Order: sequence, then C-alpha cells, then structure tokens
Amino acid sequence: MKRNKYTRPVIDPNASRLKTSAMIASIAGSDQRTKPAPFGHALVEVAKHRPDIVGLTADLAKYTDLHVFRDAYPDRFYQMGMAEQLLMATAAGMAREGFTPFATTYAVFASRRAYDFICLAIAEEALNVKIVCALPGLTTGYGPSHQATEDIAIFRGLPNLTIIDPCDALEIEQAVPAMADHKGPVYMRLLRGNVPLILDEYGYQFELGKAKLLRDGPDVLIISSGFMTMRALEAATALEKDRVKAAVLHVPTIKPLDVATIRREAAKTGRMVIVAENHTIVGGLGEAVAADLLRNGITPNFRQIALPDEFLDAGALPTLHDRYGISTEAMTKRVKQWLSR
Amino acid sequence: MTSAGHNLSLADRAYHIRRHALKMGEVQGQGYIAQALGVADVLAVSYFHAMNYQPDNPEWEERDRFLLSIGHYAIALYAALIEAGIIPEEEYITYGGDDSRLPMSGMAAYTPGMEITGGSLGQGLPLAIGVSLALKRKQSQSFCYCLFSDGELDEGSVWEAAMSAGSYGLDNLIAIVDVNNMQADGPSKGILNFEPLVPKFEAFNWHTQRVDGNDIDALVKAFDAARHTTEKKPRIIICDTKMAKGVDFLEARERNHFLRVEADEWAKALDVLEAGRAK
Repeated sequence: MKRNKYTRPVIDPNASRLKTSAMIASIAGSDQRTKPAPFGHALVEVAKHRPDIVGLTADLAKYTDLHVFRDAYPDRFYQMGMAEQLLMATAAGMAREGFTPFATTYAVFASRRAYDFICLAIAEEALNVKIVCALPGLTTGYGPSHQATEDIAIFRGLPNLTIIDPCDALEIEQAVPAMADHKGPVYMRLLRGNVPLILDEYGYQFELGKAKLLRDGPDVLIISSGFMTMRALEAATALEKDRVKAAVLHVPTIKPLDVATIRREAAKTGRMVIVAENHTIVGGLGEAVAADLLRNGITPNFRQIALPDEFLDAGALPTLHDRYGISTEAMTKRVKQWLSR
Repeated sequence: MTSAGHNLSLADRAYHIRRHALKMGEVQGQGYIAQALGVADVLAVSYFHAMNYQPDNPEWEERDRFLLSIGHYAIALYAALIEAGIIPEEEYITYGGDDSRLPMSGMAAYTPGMEITGGSLGQGLPLAIGVSLALKRKQSQSFCYCLFSDGELDEGSVWEAAMSAGSYGLDNLIAIVDVNNMQADGPSKGILNFEPLVPKFEAFNWHTQRVDGNDIDALVKAFDAARHTTEKKPRIIICDTKMAKGVDFLEARERNHFLRVEADEWAKALDVLEAGRAK
C-alpha cells in the first residue's frame, strides 16, 4: 500500500473501531476456547524432572510467557537485559556446559539482530539451545519493527536448526517436552497469552518432524503450519457449504520437513495443493514444499496463501489479516476462486 | 598444568610459543604472525602460570576454560596448545591445510583445547558470560578466561557482555584484552577511539588492571591479582602488547595485521628470536 504521511485521513467519528491492542494482540476469536501461557506452563512441567533446563530472556519474560517459569524457578531464570546477541551467546555458553537453555525474545529480534550469534555460537556446533520467539509473522499490529514476516526464510538456510511453527495451545504444550528431549538447536514460533485451543478436537499428538493429516477430502489439499492450520480448518468447514471437500495437512515442523507425508498427499491426483502460512511468500513453507515436489516430479496445481513480499501495515490485527489474505474469510474466498477457474 | 618440562621458565615457554607460531606461519608463508608473537607472553602466563588443566584430557570438567574470541589468533593458541602438550608438536606442519585439526581460524569442532568457534568478532565475551554463569550453576571452582582484542571493542556485543558481567558480578570470569593497536584497516585508535579503557571497564563494575603484555613479571602479578581478589566482580586484564614482539624486522613493518613473509625470512626470524632470547 502506498502511504503518504502528509495526506490527512478521512475521519468518521461514528465509525466502529477495532483496537490495535498491538503487542498483546491475540489471534483468538472472541468465542474461541483458549489456554493461558501454554509455553510457560509446559516449560515448568518439563523442568520438574529436568534440572538442566534454564530459562533466559532479553527483557521479554512477560511477553513470551517465560514469566511463569521465572516465578516457578527464580534461581534457574536469567535476565539478560535488552541484548539479544548476548542472550543467544549466553545460552550457547550455558549449553556448552551441559545445560538446556530456553531463550526467549521476539522473532524479529532473534532473526534479524541475533542471527550471527544463532548461526555461529549455536547452530554451527549444534548446541542444545531452544529459541522460543513470540510475534511470528503477522501477529502484531505494530508494523515491520515487530512483525517477523521473514523469520522462517532467514532461519531455513541454517544447517542443524530445527524449526517449529505450532498451531495452538495443545501443540505448544506437546512441543515443549519434545524440544527438550531433542538433541540440538530448535527455533519455535511462539503463540503467547491466551492461545486458541483447537487440536484437542482432532485427537492430535505432536511429533517432531511429522506432518499430520487433520482431515481428508478429494477436492483440495491445504498444507499449513502455525495458526494458519486453524484458519485452514475453518476454511475447510466453510467450503463444505459449497460442497468442496478439503483435506488439511498440518506441518508444524518446517525443518526438517516431513517430505514423505507431503509427497504422498500431494501426489494424490486431482487435488489442487495450497500451502497456507503466516509468513512472507518468499522462503517459507510454501517454497519449501514447492521445491521438494518439483524436485520429485510431483506437479499438482499449486497455490500459496502467504503474506505479500512487502513491509506490512500497522493497524488492528483482524483488519490486517483480512487485508493480507490470511483471515479465514479471505482465505476461503480465494480458495473458491482458484477452484472455480 | 603440563606434565613435561616443569623446570622451564615462563620466558622459555613464551620463546617456544613464538617458535611454534613462526614454524606454522612458514607452512602458509603468511598469516597472523604478528599477533601470535605479540600475545605469546600472555599465553605463556595463562597456560604455564595461571590455568588449571590436564593436557591428556582437554575436556576435564575441572579445567579452567580458555575462550579464544579472536579466531584468527588461532595460530597463537595452537602454539600454546602445542607447548602445553595438548596438540602434538609434529602437527604444526598441517597448519591451515586440508583436513588439518589446525584451521586458519579457530573452531571448537576442529581442535582439542579450542573451547569455542571464534572469528565472528564480538562473540567470545558474550559466550564467556554463559560459560561463567553455567560454572556458577555447577558450583565449579574453575575460571573462565576469555581472550579478545582491542579491535573487537568496536563490536556492540562486547559491551552488552561487559554490562551483564558487571551486573551479575561474575567473579569467575577473567577477560584478557590484547591491545596491540592494529586491526584490518590500520592502527586501532585511528579506526574508533576505544580509550580510555580502564575507566570504561571500571564504570561497568569490573576489577580492572592494565599491564605491559610483554612483561612476564607484570603479567604474573596481574593474573595472580585477578585470580585472588575477593571482589565480587568480573576481572579484566588489559594487556598492551607489541605486534610481532621479538622479531625486530617484523615489528618494524607498518601494516602487520596480516603478514606476508618471504621464504628466506623465516629462518632469519627464528634466528632473531633465538638471539633475543640469549640476551
């Protein structure tokens, strides 16, 4: 969108307003079941029998749900100040000495500011550091300073690093012990605060590196990660009204990618494949899936639902999700358009 | 400490470290020789006076950690590790070669005794914060030493670490800054003025000393003070060193961050070093 800061907006005093509620914006709808701070509570649980687990943050304990861990284990909590390079290097130093640090900040700061430290101090030696970052993709209305729209693109090129993009509170609860058990560095995109709870309805169990088919259908296959799986499931329900039967394959582990499952599902003939992600269209799950399918001679009709290759607007999250096509309504509409052609 | 050569003086050790470094330099015909010669006395005092380690067990849990932030100083640390008996002396010939355990820039995965992967400058001190905090969690009596350079003081992450070490009162951390006033683009003070260093680190709540880094007696005193002070502060020893110390015709070269040395000059350098020792 072209902006001109010297053009005064049209002000309608009677217009209803969506609150930006920027930093702590929840992606949960008002009628949705949620759980508070699933990461913090899950980490406290795992840490009960894992004295090697320590928690570090760069002045964002409260906004990454690490405050739950801090309050439960004050002597295992390290406040590194607003210094993300130091945060990652300190975590690396502690991992060298046998601890399992969970280091939290926002995804923008980890991916952009601390990249060199994650690369060399952590990933190059496959150290056991778990990087847990809030505000992935478009989950805040603060604008590009806080919107980590390209974090996966940045981290996918990093050898040794496992990347997880969980969908809901249940998955975060299940992913935390799996991360702790995994030997090596992990980056998790965190949903924090009151996090939607959906996957319990699907009898879901997270497995590191595994994609899960949440529903099947012959007309279209939606491959998705993060909260876009929630949107994909809602879109699939909406599409039923038009007698479109959609399958939804949830891919919470972006790297290493469960290529066997993705190829198997994408190779079923007659289904359009749509990859939906809360990330720029460049370098995320969509391109990872496309490249793998092409390399393996699987060439379905392929579409991507992702954020545009732009610096995104500030504003209220529901407005922005609509604007950039990742709300359930926008997504459903586009899928219908693609299928009707 | 090393089991071999108990009766050698620290000056002998420094001489040997310089010799090992020159011999590795000759293998490549060039390199960070001036830094190695300059920091040899600091390494001699670190490895043969201050530090606790077992040469045949480089990962001994009770060892003092030595984190080399300046990856290109690897040649200097390899020389010290050879002298300490952690790396076999005959391996010097592989320096910088294919499949060598002694790559040009120091990496933890390649070399026994190399604790971290340096080279992306400004990472060592922040890493040392993590190691020092972890040693404290383990109630270890070990020290964490971290060697970095004056040029690295340009990196903001060094100051993030400086602030946090002072804030945490990390009294098991001993930072060593090699102030040789030379970096890639020329004399350090002409790149960014990092002085005055003593009041800077004092202001960050560090136990701060500044010594002639080529004066072994002064170094011994400084390392002793750093280890034995009861102040609950991180310790820093700012060492003013001379690039290429001990080989006068290399000391005299103006741009000696990365030295090219002619084939016939290596023997001459070793001779000059030997002659200086006899004085």
